[in-house]
Amino acid sequence: MKQKYLPLTATILIFVLSYALCAAQYPNILSTRVIGNLLTDNAFLGIAAVGMTFVILSGGIDLSVGSVIAFTGVFLAVVLEHTSMHPLAAFALVLAITTLFGALMGVIIHYLEMPAFIVTLAGMFLARGMAFVLSIDSIPIKHPFYATLKGFYYKLPGGGRITLIGGLMLLVFAVGILIAHRTRFGTNVYALGGGTATAKLMGVPIASTTVKIYALSGLLAGLSGIVFSLYTSAGYSLAAVGVELDAITAVVIGGTLLTGGSGFVAGTLVGIFIQGLIQTYITFDGSLSSWWTKILIGALLFAFILLQKGIIHLSRDDRQRA
Amino acid sequence: MTSILRTYLARLLPQLIALVAIVIAISMTFPGFLNLDFQNGRLYGSLIDILNRGAPVVLLAIGMTVVIATKGIDLSVGAVMAICGAVAASFITSGHSLFETILITLAVGLLCGMWNGILVAVLDIQPIIATLVLMVAGRGIAQLVTEGAILTFNDPGLIFIGSGSFAGLPMPVVVWLVFGVLVALLVRQSALGMLIEAIGVNRQASTLSGVLTPVLLIAAYMLSGLCAAIAGIIAAADIRGADANNAGLWLELDAILAVVVGGTSLLGGRFSIAASVLGAIIIQAINTGILLSGFPPEFNLIIKAAIVVFILVLQSPRFRTAFAFLAVPGRAAKTTEQEAK
Repeated sequence: MKQKYLPLTATILIFVLSYALCAAQYPNILSTRVIGNLLTDNAFLGIAAVGMTFVILSGGIDLSVGSVIAFTGVFLAVVLEHTSMHPLAAFALVLAITTLFGALMGVIIHYLEMPAFIVTLAGMFLARGMAFVLSIDSIPIKHPFYATLKGFYYKLPGGGRITLIGGLMLLVFAVGILIAHRTRFGTNVYALGGGTATAKLMGVPIASTTVKIYALSGLLAGLSGIVFSLYTSAGYSLAAVGVELDAITAVVIGGTLLTGGSGFVAGTLVGIFIQGLIQTYITFDGSLSSWWTKILIGALLFAFILLQKGIIHLSRDDRQRA
Repeated sequence: MTSILRTYLARLLPQLIALVAIVIAISMTFPGFLNLDFQNGRLYGSLIDILNRGAPVVLLAIGMTVVIATKGIDLSVGAVMAICGAVAASFITSGHSLFETILITLAVGLLCGMWNGILVAVLDIQPIIATLVLMVAGRGIAQLVTEGAILTFNDPGLIFIGSGSFAGLPMPVVVWLVFGVLVALLVRQSALGMLIEAIGVNRQASTLSGVLTPVLLIAAYMLSGLCAAIAGIIAAADIRGADANNAGLWLELDAILAVVVGGTSLLGGRFSIAASVLGAIIIQAINTGILLSGFPPEFNLIIKAAIVVFILVLQSPRFRTAFAFLAVPGRAAKTTEQEAK
């Protein structure tokens, strides 16, 4: 088996095993209702994680995701409350704003040659601050269109529902996989993650690729914010704190190399499912406290980092022998 | 000696000017801002309040400076603060003496730092990711210690650390002053500081030239853990309880910001602990200024973002070359030459 598939295989194996363990203890976890909820509850995180996968594949990081989600929610709530704008127009407007925001961060990262970590940290402060300035209250969204959107779902046998947002997440993953593996942009992202100097020598347009990556992450964070506002029917400036960490964790558990250049968008989906499964198990169990989620996810994160280190080590040995 | 003092002042000048400008700007709008009262054996006033409120970030910034100088970063300090606050509260409530409690809490902080250090130095994991593990899991561990509740205590000794006073100054200020001076003396009166900078500039080269890189790296992260432990004790003592969810929340970002404002490059190398401490106080002064000015505190984050972008532009290698080129042509050639190296 090719080594590049090893982390992904490990992730899938862990997911199947843990799902089997959970199912052995609570057979109901196999019901389509649970699966439908798993999709719906993690939809916003999944969409944001697709953007994060591209950023991490290119060797960068985006800490602004959670704040952008909160900003999007507050922006939508304020716009829908104070103007007669149709939600669809508001969606388009907010997506344009967040995409521009991401692109701007990409421009700063590339042209000022500053670490992505600190630039997106400033973006995180800025987006959260803008959300605060718009409103510090939690504003309910009562627009009838929201109720219509929430009414859309595909009924699975067994009573489970794939809601609009759950389906949207799967669609975003599908498009993400296509972009990563079937477009020139995707190839450029992988090349950039393999090393900026090599990518430059291969003729990859570094500037435009970097800007596009962060613009894509901004766009998907905005979309995630829309999904989050549909999910909660409200906009709150303190919402979605720390989502960027959950997204990064999902990407790493999904087998993407944090140094960039190697990984799969599909792996991130499994990473999201593993995180969701831990939460579902704790809910099913009832006696375990919620803090075990954090500890378990931290432990998983550690295990996967070690696994990645081991693989890099092995492949280096191979190359030396060859 | 005077020349050493002068280079030292020159290093701190931008931060000092910024701080003085902020204090003048606030005191222009609030004449009472500079007033200091001496009551019940301690000083009171807005200026003292800034030093006092800034204590946790100042302490975190001291450890963060050393870690950043090694070209690392420690994201876990906020979570370590929560763990240490929880440990301190649970030990003091279960009847241990103040001395034992503090000793064990500091040991826990050192242990957390050692974990990070081993991940970075021995397992060779990127610092952002290595410390992310403890950042994610840390709050869970803290909640495990407090069993999900906010553990309150009323041990007068522990509370004294948060709200007592010594020699006319609030206790947290005394703690960070003493600790900061000790660390600064330790790294600058010995070769430690230079060796740390060497690791930050080029880890491989310093290992090859005989620096004990792994030991120093682990020590740097342990120092950061120790700072987080002290900050955790102060934060817990201040509210007389350990809040696993909110103690030290996002303070890692404030600490990194303080180091950046202090002019230490995130790319490792030269560092100044005094400048980072000034950076932390500048951030606190801005916070207090915004609160006083009646601006909604919401603007705080936007102003922080603006400061980060401004400093980023100043630190940017490309901007520096362009600027130096405009200013003194001869010097520009020199800087580009240095960068080329």
